[in-house]
Amino acid sequence: MKRFIGFVRKEFYHIFRDKRSLFILFGMPIAQILLFGFAITNEINNVDIAILDQANDVASKEIINKIAASKHFSIVDIIQQESSIESIFKKGKVKAVLQFENNFGNNLIKEKQANVQVLTDATDPNMASTISNYISSILKKYQQELNENISIDYQIIPQSRMVYNAELKSVYMFVPGVMTVILMLVSAMMTSISITREKEQGTMEILLVSPLKPFQVIIGKVFPYIFLSVINAVVIVLLSIFVFNVPVNGSLFLLGIESVLFIITSLALGILISTISATQQTAMMISLMGLMLPTILLSGFIFPISSMPLPLQVISNIIPAKWFIIIVKGIMLKGIGIGFVLKETLILLLMTLLFIGVSVKKYKIRLE
Amino acid sequence: MGITISNISKSYGEITALSDISFDVKPGELFGLIGPDGAGKTTLFRILTTLLIADNGQATVAGYDVLNDYKSIRNSVGYMPGRFSLYQDLTVEENLNFFATIFGTTIEENYDLVKDIYVQIEPFKNRRAGKLSGGMKQKLALSCALIHKPKVLFLDEPTTGVDPVSRKEFWEMLKRLQKKGITILVSTPYMDEAALCDRIALIQDGNILEIDTPNAIVSHFPKPLYNISAHNMYNLIESLTNYEHTYSIFPFGEFVHYTDKRDPIDKASLKTYLEFQGLTDIKIEKTQPTIEDTFMELAK
Repeated sequence: MKRFIGFVRKEFYHIFRDKRSLFILFGMPIAQILLFGFAITNEINNVDIAILDQANDVASKEIINKIAASKHFSIVDIIQQESSIESIFKKGKVKAVLQFENNFGNNLIKEKQANVQVLTDATDPNMASTISNYISSILKKYQQELNENISIDYQIIPQSRMVYNAELKSVYMFVPGVMTVILMLVSAMMTSISITREKEQGTMEILLVSPLKPFQVIIGKVFPYIFLSVINAVVIVLLSIFVFNVPVNGSLFLLGIESVLFIITSLALGILISTISATQQTAMMISLMGLMLPTILLSGFIFPISSMPLPLQVISNIIPAKWFIIIVKGIMLKGIGIGFVLKETLILLLMTLLFIGVSVKKYKIRLE
Repeated sequence: MGITISNISKSYGEITALSDISFDVKPGELFGLIGPDGAGKTTLFRILTTLLIADNGQATVAGYDVLNDYKSIRNSVGYMPGRFSLYQDLTVEENLNFFATIFGTTIEENYDLVKDIYVQIEPFKNRRAGKLSGGMKQKLALSCALIHKPKVLFLDEPTTGVDPVSRKEFWEMLKRLQKKGITILVSTPYMDEAALCDRIALIQDGNILEIDTPNAIVSHFPKPLYNISAHNMYNLIESLTNYEHTYSIFPFGEFVHYTDKRDPIDKASLKTYLEFQGLTDIKIEKTQPTIEDTFMELAK
C-alpha cells in the first residue's frame, strides 16, 4: 500500500509540474463548454427580416406587430415592390422576407383564405428551415386567435409541444456531449500519454526491474486521473447549471456514479492505447484520431444517429460515448432513474471490463 | 550469489546481438564487460535483469533463474540503464524517495550504503533531476539503484558522457560498494576503466574474446610492443602501414603502438626506413601493452 501511495504521489508531482498539461486538463473543459454554450447554437435570435406589405390593412399590421414583438426577429426593412426582394437578399441584409398579398385582410374574412409568402435565404439551410418554422408558428397562433369565437366543425388543429427542452435550447443538447468528449479526452489521452512517457524516458525499464506489479503501476497511473476527471465533471455540471441554467431533473448522485463509470471506461481505453504505442506522439495521435473523432461524430453528440446510414449506425454501437450521452441526457433532461438506463450502464460496464482485460493481457512485463 | 551465464544467445531478426556467451561472475566480484558500442553489452544486461528473454541458454542472478524466478530477481538487484532514466521533473530527493518507497524501504534505513555518494549531491537535493550535470545525474542514478540494498548491481555504461574527474570518483565508489559485499557487473567502452575491475570480459559483435584479470589479459599480448613517435603523425602512420615487416599499428595518443612480424625486431633498419620516408625526430621505445592493445589484437 505504501508503494502504491508513493507511486500516486509521484504521478501528482508529474501532473502539477507540467503546466501545459495542467492547462489542457482544466482550461479545455471550461473553454469548450463556454464555446458550445454561447457560440455554437441552433437557436435563432434577432434574425433580420424585411416586410413587403402589399395589403397594408388591419390583419397584416397585426401580424407584423406580433413578429416585431418576438425576440426571434427584428424587422430591419419595409420594402415597397416585389422587384426589390432580390436585391435585398443579394446585399445579404436580411435572412427572410415576408410578403403579404393584396387584400390580405379582405381575403381572410371573405374567402376564409389568405396568402402570405415567406422567402428565406437558404444558403444556410438549417437556418432557413428554422426561420420558416418560427414564422409559421406565429401565423398559426394568430389564426387560432381569430377562430376563437367562431365555431367551425370538424377542424383538426395539430398541436406540437417540445418536451424536455421546451425552449429548444441548444445548450441542453451540448452539455451532455461536451461532458462526454472532455471526460473521454482527458482520461484516455492523458493516461496513455503518461504511460508512454515512462517508456520513452526509459523509466519503464527501471519500474519493470522493481518489485512493483503491473497492476500497481497501471492503477497508480490512472488513479490521479480518476480524481482529476471527477473534478472536471463537477466543473462542467456546475457551469451548465449556473451559467446556462440547464436543469438536472434526475438524481445528481446517479449522474455522479455514471460519470465515474464512464471515466473508468475512458481510462481503460487510455491504458489500452498505451500498450500498443511506443511514443507519446503515437499515443496522442491514436487518442485524437481514434477516440476524439468517433466520439464527436458517431456518438449522437452533433449528428443524430437515427439519420445516419445503416453501417454507421451499427458502428456507433461500439462507441462508449454514445451510451454515456444517452445516460446523461436521460438523467439531466428527462430526470429518469437507474431503471431506464440499466441497459446502457451494463453496456458501458462490459466495455470497461473488456478494455481492462485486454490491456492487462497486452501489458508487457518485459521490454519486448 | 553471483551471476552465471551459460550459452546465452540472442538475435533481433537478422542481427545477432549475442552468440553463445558463457561466463560466471563470482559473488562479491567487480566484473567489467568491456567492448565497443553495439557489442551486445546492453542486450546481455537486459537479459540478466529479466527485461529480455534469451533465444537460447540459461542464466542465474543471485541464485535465481532469469526466466522462472524473474520476480525474485527484480526484488534483489539494482539496475542502472545506460540512458539516464530517472524522473527529470522530480527533485533529487523525490527521486531517491520514490525508488526507496517502491522497493519497500526508506532513505534512512539504507542511508549508510548510499551516504558516500549521496553526500555529494545532497546540496542539490531540491534541484530537479533534469537540471543536474552529467556526473551528478550518474551519482543520483547510482544512489537510486542502491537504495534498496541490492545483492547484485548492474551498471550499464555508467560513466559514458561523464567528465574524467567524476569518472574517477565513480569508480572509487564502486570499489567501496564492492567491499560491502555487493556483486557488481559494470559495462564500459573505456578501456582505461577496465584495469580497475577484478576481472573483465572483452566482448565484440556478440562474442566474448577473452575473460581474465586485467593483468593476465595484458600479459597475453603475443608480441613485444613499441611506442614510435615522429614529428609528423600522419606521415608516420602512412609509412608504417606500407612497411613490409609491420604486424600491427595502432595510434595511441602521441605515439603509434607498433608490433613487428620479425622476432626479434630490427630497430635500426626500421629507423632507417622511416628516415628514408622523410620523417625526423624518430623515437622507438619498448612499452607495456594496455588492455586496449589486447582488445585491438583480439578483435583483429
